[in-house]
Amino acid sequence: MSTPDEPDYYKKEDLLNISTAPPPTSWMETPVDFRRGSYIYPGKAKNLKVVDLPNPRDWAVTDVDWKLQDDWKRIILEGMADRLAKYRSFRIFMDTCVRCGACADKCHFFIGSGDPKNMPVLRAELLRSIYRKDFTALGKVFGKLAGGRELTVDVIKEWFYYFYQCTECRRCSVFCPYGIDTAEITMIGRELLGLLGLYVNWVLEPVANCFRLGNHLAIPPHGLVDTLEFMADDIEEATGIKVDIPINKKGAEILFVTPSGDFVADPGIYTCMAYMLLFHELGLDYTWSTYASDGGNFGLFTSHEMMKRLNNKIYHEAKRLGVKWVLGGECGHMWRVVNQYMDTMNGPADFLEVPKSPITGTVFENARSTKMIHLMEFVADLIRHNKLKIDPSRNDHIRVTFHDSCNPARAMGIIEEPRYVIKSVCNNFFEMPENTIKEQTFCCGGGAGLGTDENMEMRLRGGLPRGSAVKHVQDKHDVNFLAAMCAIDRATLITVCDYWAPGVKVTGISEMVANAMTFTGEKKRTVNLRLEEIPAWANGDEAEGNGGDTDE
Amino acid sequence: MNVVVSLVFVGGLFVLGLLGAVPGLGWIFGVVLPYMAILLFLGGLAYRVMSWANIPVPFRIPTTCGQQKSLPWIKHDKLENPHNALTVAGRMALEILLFRSLLRNTKTKHMDDGRVVYGTDLSLWLAALAMHWSLLFILIRHLRLMVNPVPGFVTFLEDADGFLQVGLPVFFATTVIFLAGLAYLLYRRLANPHLRYISLIGDYVPLFLLLGIGLSGFWLRHLTKTDVPAIKELFLGLTHFSPTVPDTISPIFYVHLFLFCVLLSYIPFGKLTHMAGVFLSPTRNMANNNRAVRHVNPWDYPVKLHPYDEYEDELREKMIGAGIPVEREE
Repeated sequence: MSTPDEPDYYKKEDLLNISTAPPPTSWMETPVDFRRGSYIYPGKAKNLKVVDLPNPRDWAVTDVDWKLQDDWKRIILEGMADRLAKYRSFRIFMDTCVRCGACADKCHFFIGSGDPKNMPVLRAELLRSIYRKDFTALGKVFGKLAGGRELTVDVIKEWFYYFYQCTECRRCSVFCPYGIDTAEITMIGRELLGLLGLYVNWVLEPVANCFRLGNHLAIPPHGLVDTLEFMADDIEEATGIKVDIPINKKGAEILFVTPSGDFVADPGIYTCMAYMLLFHELGLDYTWSTYASDGGNFGLFTSHEMMKRLNNKIYHEAKRLGVKWVLGGECGHMWRVVNQYMDTMNGPADFLEVPKSPITGTVFENARSTKMIHLMEFVADLIRHNKLKIDPSRNDHIRVTFHDSCNPARAMGIIEEPRYVIKSVCNNFFEMPENTIKEQTFCCGGGAGLGTDENMEMRLRGGLPRGSAVKHVQDKHDVNFLAAMCAIDRATLITVCDYWAPGVKVTGISEMVANAMTFTGEKKRTVNLRLEEIPAWANGDEAEGNGGDTDE
Repeated sequence: MNVVVSLVFVGGLFVLGLLGAVPGLGWIFGVVLPYMAILLFLGGLAYRVMSWANIPVPFRIPTTCGQQKSLPWIKHDKLENPHNALTVAGRMALEILLFRSLLRNTKTKHMDDGRVVYGTDLSLWLAALAMHWSLLFILIRHLRLMVNPVPGFVTFLEDADGFLQVGLPVFFATTVIFLAGLAYLLYRRLANPHLRYISLIGDYVPLFLLLGIGLSGFWLRHLTKTDVPAIKELFLGLTHFSPTVPDTISPIFYVHLFLFCVLLSYIPFGKLTHMAGVFLSPTRNMANNNRAVRHVNPWDYPVKLHPYDEYEDELREKMIGAGIPVEREE
């Protein structure tokens, strides 16, 4: 018998029985229903203490008493006032919404659940109603008539449920005529909850780990060495090549930072192995860092301050090691932080140099201040200059589609680079429907700290739009692989695909690159980086490098 | 419920406006209230915009809707992912003049076999665009009543607007489009259960006010004989700060003017501030060039960190044991 933590527990026909009508009671009078499978467990006191957060205590979401501070109401209202004065975005987004509803059916959680409070507009109204009551002239005078409502413990509970039912994917903000960004509202909402010590453990434990040990998964420095050595052994088994593992190497040219999910989770590990192979083949003078061992940043899902605290280690380590610039791996939210926050929060990185590819000489002017570039920018440039020996037919057993991860798509716009790389290393590439890719891409359903098993019902519901689009290309083009350049995707989309489009496997892009590449000194390769036998490789002789010709 | 309250409220205002024609009250409805409304509108909106503008923008957070500027051989989508002030201006122009984001609107449908599909849905974009643009033209047309002699562009617009040459006086296309657009926006708010669910009194009132203003204007032009010279005398008095109140002005005109005054006064206090807010939205009016040009947060403050030294102090033995280089051997 399966439990609400497991996908089997949910029957497809039940999940697809999505209510099309809002409840009979008005949303202000409809309390939250905390049912198992749809909420995340609270942050544990010990984790709050590691990073000095307020009101550490152990409590349960289903408790009636959430053990808030006595003056919790004052804390929230002061917290709101403070943020309204600090973030123009917050104030404008509170003031300008006309409730046109264009955002409503753009949210994967609303599409998958039918819960009206998952309409981005209503998610924001949960906060906006308090704003109107306590911060606007009309609301102060007319109260409920002006759309205001009293701040109560039930409101706090509702915030907790729905601000941790938003993956900060920003899809709604693409469609909003005023650019209202629910990610911004959710981020502020979570900061306010944080003032009362209300966090989810799936975010807070990684935060505490990352602060102390440099990565979300609490991999200690010696553990990282073991992990990478283990991968090097697998690389040798697959290719006959022994790669170096430069760690905390002073004076290296490049610091490489990737999400820690790549160190432990299948299939992220194969992408990590691919990085190592690629850098080895290029003879790149680079280093891993045990201290800056995570580019991912669950601080983004906690508070602006926590984001800054966790992000700091990248520049700090780059300076200590004396590298010239920073290269970042395949990650989603990490790239939101790098592209939109890092330089502002922890820069200026005036001790680094503008990234310049040592192989092609390309200078990455687009990163001349932050000094950090995306691996796909780096690899696309290599392929364009014919610097990799690639035989895309080595991936002929793969029929792949590409899932744009939310943050790279909507907080950066790295859309064509990954496509160029994928098309260069695989002959069978198929796009999902246009309303589900690029800037309109759908979230995996588990981003922003929601990808935990106790939240399985919402993950499957939120994953429906993506799953449905994958199923579409699976039926139409026999797609059997979904590529994604995001560690959270590589963890959560397995569940989404298994459930909504069974048979489609998930891969990183680099993994495909390495499988298509011919390496100097390799043995006859018969298995891929997953150490799976590839019949075409074992039988054919195409592995004898006819690659490299991918230009134009 | 909210819709009924709003309708009753605006209906009450409608009746109240009729009082303008009562002898002696013309000064209140024709002079005092219009001046107050203008003051509230200008003062309130200026205050609103200033208070927004005074709030810092700590981070550069544009929503990118196209390819970034990166490698020279990859086509950069300048208007959907602007990289400098000029392209930001282009993006904002598209947003403000053509409602670019609404143009993307889709309608999500759940199919019986479980698939989710998305269809283009231009109705909201079309109705909103029609309503806003025709409102602008209607406002410009009204300059005829406030400026003497009538500026050439106003006459030109009127001629263009009345191109159908139907009716006497001629029906203006914008009047019809404006009312039809409003009617659709109201219809969709009522017909879509989710939209009805989120709609507040503050959403219905502006719609009813605009409808009231539009219908009373239509009435004045087409259903009743209106003393236009008298109205122009009133407006010229107002604009020249020497108000006079002719006594031949009809009650419906006072309704028209009163509802407009209420709308104008309300703008700075409710959702209609979107007319100014759209210019300041950080996800739209910022360039996505954060990796190239540093953005400074004016209220940045030091935070508690876990520097490398503390990290190494805690883990030194294990690092040495694993052969990882350290700063200090002990």
